[in-house]
This record gives sequence, C-alpha cells and structure tokens, in this order.
Amino acid sequence: MLSRDQVLHVARLARLELTEEELEVMAGELSGVLGHIEKISELGDLEDVQPTTHVVAVENALRADEPRPSLPREVVLASAPDAAQGGFRVPSPGAAPV
Amino acid sequence: MSELLELTAAQAAEGVRTGTVDPGELWTAYRERALADELNAFSWVSGEVTPPEVERNAPLAGVPLAVKDLFCTEGIPSQAGSKILEGYRPPYTATAVERLTSAGAPLLAKTHQDEFAMGSSTENCAYGPVLNPWDRSRVPGGSSGGSAAAVASGAAPWAIGTDTGGSIRQPAALCGIVGLKPTYGAVSRYGMIAFASSLDQAGPLTRDVTDCALLFGAMVGQDPCDSTSLAFPEPVGLPTATDLRGVRLGVPEELSGEGIEPGVLKTFHETLDRARELGAEIVDITLPHAPHALAAYYLIAPAEASANLARYDGVRYGLREPAEDLLTMYTRTRSKGFGAEVKRRIMLGTYALSSGYYDAYYGKAQKVRTKIAEDFTAAWQVCDFMVSPTSPGVAFELGAKTDDPWAMYLNDYCTVPIPLAGLPAISIPNGLADGLPTGFQIAGPAFSENRILDSAHALEQAIGFDGSQVRA
Repeated sequence: MLSRDQVLHVARLARLELTEEELEVMAGELSGVLGHIEKISELGDLEDVQPTTHVVAVENALRADEPRPSLPREVVLASAPDAAQGGFRVPSPGAAPV
Repeated sequence: MSELLELTAAQAAEGVRTGTVDPGELWTAYRERALADELNAFSWVSGEVTPPEVERNAPLAGVPLAVKDLFCTEGIPSQAGSKILEGYRPPYTATAVERLTSAGAPLLAKTHQDEFAMGSSTENCAYGPVLNPWDRSRVPGGSSGGSAAAVASGAAPWAIGTDTGGSIRQPAALCGIVGLKPTYGAVSRYGMIAFASSLDQAGPLTRDVTDCALLFGAMVGQDPCDSTSLAFPEPVGLPTATDLRGVRLGVPEELSGEGIEPGVLKTFHETLDRARELGAEIVDITLPHAPHALAAYYLIAPAEASANLARYDGVRYGLREPAEDLLTMYTRTRSKGFGAEVKRRIMLGTYALSSGYYDAYYGKAQKVRTKIAEDFTAAWQVCDFMVSPTSPGVAFELGAKTDDPWAMYLNDYCTVPIPLAGLPAISIPNGLADGLPTGFQIAGPAFSENRILDSAHALEQAIGFDGSQVRA
C-alpha cells in the first residue's frame, strides 16, 4: 500500500494537487493497480533480456536540413491563454514555494 | 436519402465516380444524420451546408469522414475529450486527416473519446459518455467510442480512431463494426495528440472489411513529420478472398479461455468452425507472456503518458488557472483540467519512472515487451495469423466498471499484447451474444495488413453479420 507521503511526493513530481479525498482514493486505487502489475516480478527469466524501447528498427531517420517557414507567430499565439509582447506571459517563477 | 445512407463507403465512392451518387446529396444526408445523433458520438459537426468541392475521380470520392477528437484539425476544435483543451483550435492538421481529405473524403465531424484516449468505455470523456447504438444503457467501448458509435449507427459512413492498447478494436467489437490497428509506423502520428508514443497508431473504423481496406490504403505512408513512420512495403489492395485455403490460424490458449465470457467464446468457436469449412487449418499456439501484457502495458503506457502530458501547463494553449506564481499556476491548471483517470495514469507513470522504482517497474516492463514480441515471432513459425476474441465481454452497462480501474483495464486483455509487439490486428463483427455484438480478432506479422484484410474478408462473408438494425 502506497503511503500518503508517497502519493503526495508523486503528485508533486507530476504537478498535480490532490484534495484530501482524492489523496485517499488515489492511494487505494494506485495500490490496487500496482498489486496486479507486480505480478510481472514473478517472471524470473528476464535477467539477460534486452528491453524494447521501440518496436521498429529505425535509426537516424533524418530529413534534409533545409530552412522552411514555420507557423506565423500570431497564429501560434492565438491559442495562448495570455499572450503579450509577441510571447507567452506567465506569472513570476520567483515566488514559488519549494 | 435513406438509400444513400445504406450504401457502404466503397459503394458510395464508386457511385460518386460513376455519377450515380451525387456527392452533395451524400454530404447533406450524412450531415443531417450526424446533427440528429442522440448517442453523443460527436464533438463537432461541420457547419458547411454547401457540400465541399469533390474531385470525382479521387479514391475516396466524396464520402464524408468522421475523425476522433484527438486528431488536430486546423481551425476546428480538437480537445482529445479533455477540459484542459476545451475550445482548442489547432493551427495545423494531422497528416492522417490531411491524406484522407486529399484523397477525396471531406471532413464531416469529430468524435468523442475517452480523455486523451485513456479508457475502454468512453465514459472518461469530459463532454459526457457516448452511448452504444445496440443498447443505449451500455457503453460503446473505447477509447474511440464516438467513432465506433457513429459508424455503427449510420451517422458516418466511416471514421478513423487511434489504438494504443485496443482503442480501435475493442469499440469496433462492442459496436459491431470493423476496426484495424495497423503495424506501428504504417500511419503517421504527426498531429495526433499523444498518449503513449511507442504504441499509438491511427486506423480505420468501418462498416465492412472492404471499406476498411479502402480507407487504410489512403492513410499509410512515410511522413517527414514523423520520424517513426515507415513506407508501406506494397500497395494496399481491396480484399477479394472468399476462402481460407492454406491459411493457418493460431489460437493461443492464453487469450481464448479463462476470463472470456461464455457467449463471446461460443461465437469465437463458431467462427473457428466456419474458418475450417473455408479451408483454414486451426493450430494451437502459445503466447506464454501474453498474460503479463496488461501489467507491462499499464506501466509503459502511463509512463509515456506522464511525459507526453507534461506539456499541458497553461502556458501555450488550453486551460489556465491563474495563480500568483508559476508553479502554483501549473499545478492548479493541471488539477482542474485533467479528469480522474488521466490523473490516475499520470500518477502511475510518474511513480513508475521515479527514482528508485525505474528498474523494478518501467525497466522490467520493457523486458516483458521483448518477451511478448518473441512469443509472436515464435508463433509465426507455425501459423500465419493469431486469432482470438477481441474483447473478453460484450458491451457493459454505463457505470458498471468505473469504480474499479483494474476491472476496466481487463477489457484490453486480448488486444494489448499486439501493440506491445508493434503488430497489426483487425476486429470484425462476429455475431451476437445476448443480443450484443462480439468481435473476432486477427493479428499478423508486421506489414501483413493485405493478408489480414483478405482473410477477414473471407470470414466476413461466411459470418454474414448484419448491423443494419441499428442504423436508424
């Protein structure tokens, strides 16, 4: 069973804020799912197995390095919650609690 | 008008080409039908009263297309079923959609889905659940549930979706239509809002196997915008086979016994008998690591998702919850914008990748992935295709599995080993159990889609499934 502190730690890493109620439910559900997942530890024959990160053997798929137009700035900024001076405006990072 | 809606997509395209079907009437008939939809299948329906110009000789000539919400479509809402992308209108269009519209299929509608494709019932859609046209108290499957319900109910002639662990095949099975998950890399992922990048593949959801081949053939190909895409090694043909002589179908004991509902197993065995009558040889095979595929999948997919979904931070697009400082803004935005299942998977993935757990979870899951791929390679020595039920059960009641994540995840039991190995698989309608559709799954080696489609076509003719009763 994941502890409350473990769940809080993971939530912090994931930039999620959980209410007290969510925290309790999440701890239970994650522990339940991990209980099923941990059955793969029963597989003992994996020592020399190479991990698969990708199913297709594509190496160095490169395209020609040629300049081409990118999306116009105003088009990209049109979706921004807070655009200012040709960029994305965000609140100050300075006051963040650690 | 109703006669137009009864045509398969391939018949309609042929009609447009030869002049017996007016593409404007076809557009209007489907647009009106989509606007009248009562299943919550659509997130957006085209406002174009005037039908788009159609090149009559184009391969998909004038047959309107429904597209899963997570495909980016320029200037058209693309929300991936999430509140965090509410109202998002992308500045560009996904390659797969671009290819299909260029091939003559005008964009009719976008379809609802589980949020970020995470789910097996479309109940995780932030804009309400989609209903199953066979029984509106039941789910259509997921995550491409809107696309499946739209095609099954006749509100769209065909649709595309995406499959990460079963999200095309399972809803196709539960709605009584055809769904194909292509070989990884066959279709460009450019412009698909990402869930798990090493698994995600786009594919067709259609009324029959011929429509599936036609749509698939227009989607494939290498794309300079997706470095994991590959050129399809041969042209995709329309299926013609009417028998299975010389075809060896492998039945894995791991996916065809325990955990499968009796009604589903019955239709599966009936179709194996039909396959024998068509000349196929049925071979017992074993996929020893398949029972562990679900565990590996629920580590790998959430791990990749936790990284992919880091981009939703309230800065460049989508929702922002204001705060005095940046970190609080990120956290509040994500906490408000993501639904419960997405949070659960982000948490699971973050945990699996976190310091001290990486080797035990993610590292091990990737090794299991290798073993699963080796199981399939060994199977191809003794059979041409692996066959199994697509889903362990028929469509379940809304709300029946929402309180138990693992019960929901078990829906992917038969579909999930295949994407872990990057292989193609189709689900075709396999008759009814308790009045609800079941699916027959055929998986093959990488890039064997032409052969899969041919065998699926032969079986489809023999099964003779009729889904017209739910096409209003």
